[in-house]
Amino acid sequence: MVHAFLALLICQLAGEALTRAAGLPVPGPVAGMLLMLALIRLSARMRDLLRPVAETILAHLSLLFVPAGVGVMGHMTTLGSQTMAIAAAIVGSTVLAIAAGALTFVLVARLTGSGDD
Amino acid sequence: MTSLADFWSYLSEGPLVWLTATLLAYAIGDACFRGSGRVPLVNPVLVAVALLAGLLFVTRTDYPTYFEGAKFVHFLLGPATVALALPLYDNLGRLRRALLPVLAALLAGSLTAALSALAIARAFGVGDTLLASLAPKSATAPVAIGIAERIGGSPTLTAVLVILTGITGAVVATPLLNLLRIRDWRARGFALGVASHGIGTARAFQVNRTAGAFAGLGMAMNALATAILAPAILPLFL
Repeated sequence: MVHAFLALLICQLAGEALTRAAGLPVPGPVAGMLLMLALIRLSARMRDLLRPVAETILAHLSLLFVPAGVGVMGHMTTLGSQTMAIAAAIVGSTVLAIAAGALTFVLVARLTGSGDD
Repeated sequence: MTSLADFWSYLSEGPLVWLTATLLAYAIGDACFRGSGRVPLVNPVLVAVALLAGLLFVTRTDYPTYFEGAKFVHFLLGPATVALALPLYDNLGRLRRALLPVLAALLAGSLTAALSALAIARAFGVGDTLLASLAPKSATAPVAIGIAERIGGSPTLTAVLVILTGITGAVVATPLLNLLRIRDWRARGFALGVASHGIGTARAFQVNRTAGAFAGLGMAMNALATAILAPAILPLFL
């Protein structure tokens, strides 16, 4: 478990270093994810090591957003008179974006014959 | 009574109370979610945040004090993002076969998110700073904040909009996608990850592993797409 966590942290650290050094517009952890992907493709041992820890963390991924969510609550008042406009923009755009993304995916999958197994 | 007050002031100095409260609030939120028969509106994050916000208000605790304890949980977001490599690996074959649908859905989802948010806000007569903060809100928080700063938005406001977008996506996705009769887990997950980043991805993992893997992928790809698209789209609305 310690080794798996160490591997996660090292990939994140390498990702942070890489994105900063190269000035990439992606966050360090996302670059770290790609590094980890390369690592577990190469090593079955790494894969087995990572699996239990990764599955535990990802099963409770929602929990990790709670502190940031509480921070948002404190700023709700700063939205002030524009609360309605923001609520409409957020809800409207999120509904439209999910619908557009999913419908496009299904349509292109059908056109290119790349259905799921 | 004095000793109780002393004990409280001693405890509230350290991270223990608020770390415990964060985990407890989430455990309650998760229990509510399961107890409700997994109704999306009873989102564990939403319940936990509401409980904690109430508790902070009642105990007159400010956010920095709360965050002293909660930061341990918050910190795990980075390693958790790295851990998304595993479900991605498990779905690599699927992903290769779905390359074109993935790219098309990324473009459609990312463009729709930014364009429709700006169009709706503009219709309400929203100001330029708010528009600039709104444009990158579907990207994961660190990326969205970086973009917003570059195009004249407010970092704090962007953080708020990003979280609200995530929670909205997590709550509406299941009923919306059922209504659209989309049964492909890849499409459902990917669209949610693109529109609602990590919070959407967390929601996708609650429903289906394939959906979760594709949501994580959508989040990662939209971080990049938003960095390119948002600065290009914003000037159309200023």
